[in-house]
Amino acid sequence: MIRAILLTIAAFVLMGQRDPVLVPEVSQHEVQVRQGFVGQELLLFGAILDPSGGPGEEYDIVVVLKGPSEPIRLREKERFAGVWINAESSDFRSVPSYFAVASSRPINEIVDDKTAAIYEFGTDYIQLSPSGSIEPAVERRFAAGLVDLKRRQGLYREDFGGVQINEGVLYQARIELPSNVTTGTYSAETFAVTRGRVIASAISEVEVRKVGFERVVENGANNWGLAYGLLAVMLSVGMGWGAGRLFARL
Amino acid sequence: MDVYLPIANLSVDGLVIVALGALTGVLSGLFGVGGGFLTTPLLIFYGIPPTVAAASASTQVTGASVSGVIAHSKRRGVDYRMGAVLIGGGVIGSGFGALLFNFFRAIGQIDVVINALYVVLLGSIGILMAKEALQTLRGAAGKQAPRRRHHPLVASLPFRWRFYASGLYISPLAPLLVGVVVGMLTMLMGVGGGFILVPAMLYILGMSANVVVGTSLFNILFVTIATTLMHSLTTRAVDIVLVALLLLGSVSGAQFGSQFAVKAKPEVLRLVLAGIVLLVAFNMFLRLFYRPDEIFTVSPL
Repeated sequence: MIRAILLTIAAFVLMGQRDPVLVPEVSQHEVQVRQGFVGQELLLFGAILDPSGGPGEEYDIVVVLKGPSEPIRLREKERFAGVWINAESSDFRSVPSYFAVASSRPINEIVDDKTAAIYEFGTDYIQLSPSGSIEPAVERRFAAGLVDLKRRQGLYREDFGGVQINEGVLYQARIELPSNVTTGTYSAETFAVTRGRVIASAISEVEVRKVGFERVVENGANNWGLAYGLLAVMLSVGMGWGAGRLFARL
Repeated sequence: MDVYLPIANLSVDGLVIVALGALTGVLSGLFGVGGGFLTTPLLIFYGIPPTVAAASASTQVTGASVSGVIAHSKRRGVDYRMGAVLIGGGVIGSGFGALLFNFFRAIGQIDVVINALYVVLLGSIGILMAKEALQTLRGAAGKQAPRRRHHPLVASLPFRWRFYASGLYISPLAPLLVGVVVGMLTMLMGVGGGFILVPAMLYILGMSANVVVGTSLFNILFVTIATTLMHSLTTRAVDIVLVALLLLGSVSGAQFGSQFAVKAKPEVLRLVLAGIVLLVAFNMFLRLFYRPDEIFTVSPL
């Protein structure tokens, strides 16, 4: 880590570059989902290096942690003859299974709406890629509904003020992964912003995967359906029969 | 106690799930029903994805009915011939059920259909049971019990078989159709179907009362096994950890329930069951008309 920083500083001096450089790091690059997993707190930290060598201008830091995307269909319930039934639906081609953003100050004080939309600084700006031709107003209603749903499931988070910057050089942010996260490759992007402009960005990856028994179970259910089903039946017949025998003796 | 469910993809309090299993276990021991009609909605309410809840609940019902089947078969309370016909119907029915499930899911109305089915079926059966139990309780002492008889339509069906244990000489088509209907509901609602099967056996087929509960459990055992395998091969939503937790509670609950059932009056028991069934139905009914908690629902593409 320290060597990396030194090397980068050396690179600066040699190249005489003017933009600062970000050196990001994540507390762990692999999150293991195993029995008893109740979620995991990730620490995203790193340094901002100014070409001058020391702390330079005032920077703001924004970090965005994103889970693997999936295509979904979103349905909206409406009242029809007194009964709530599914009415309209809309498809989204890339909905991140997890999305968290943290920043050193409220986003609207750091960048304008347009920049925020480009870099997805906030759950309102997630690029969901709606497909099909529906009116923009309807589309916005659906997107807002989806974001609200995911937020209440703890899968979409915003923490403005969650990034601490020390001495204008070191930053850190804590981001919570709840237990209901999807497995896959997560990307942690860090942006340095000054005067409403993103001047540096860097990306690192976090792998969330099931290990041990949980991995075996998931693998079995997906690839060995018949054997898995028979095993489930045997477990349940065995436990029912065993309990009967046990209680008969008592 | 936090337990991670690998298929449902979330962490739950294991003790809550065991307690939930125990509750349905006591019910199944007391009344001879699987308790799936209670497990599935409660699991969904707790936050388990609906498909995982329905699939795992059907596996749990298998375990809850095993000890019942053993106990009933020991005292010759199972009509195996009738059971086999019902199971045959059940397998056909679960196939139809799977087709219907996919159809309603494709048009996006599966949750409304399931809710409406719960309301109509549980509501009407609950009312019937409550009425009957109240009549018996109000001292039908002087009155003679009405003579058991199968439905006139059943008598009109061709080629009859003898079902000795049930004391019947009827066409196997009648129980086969009953089996088809129950199988369909098992697949659609994630229930064993005991609460429909028992009244159907008594009032439509007119089976003798001492083999009704045993034969119903026998049918439930095999239909839920078939449903578990069907789910394992298609939806892949059976969560074995969830099943184990539910079973831990339900198999022990079932034993307490069946011990208590011997001491209690059957009419009182049926009235209590009717009350629970009506409560679930009423809750589902309200949910159809009240603004739901979630206006938006996500399904993968």
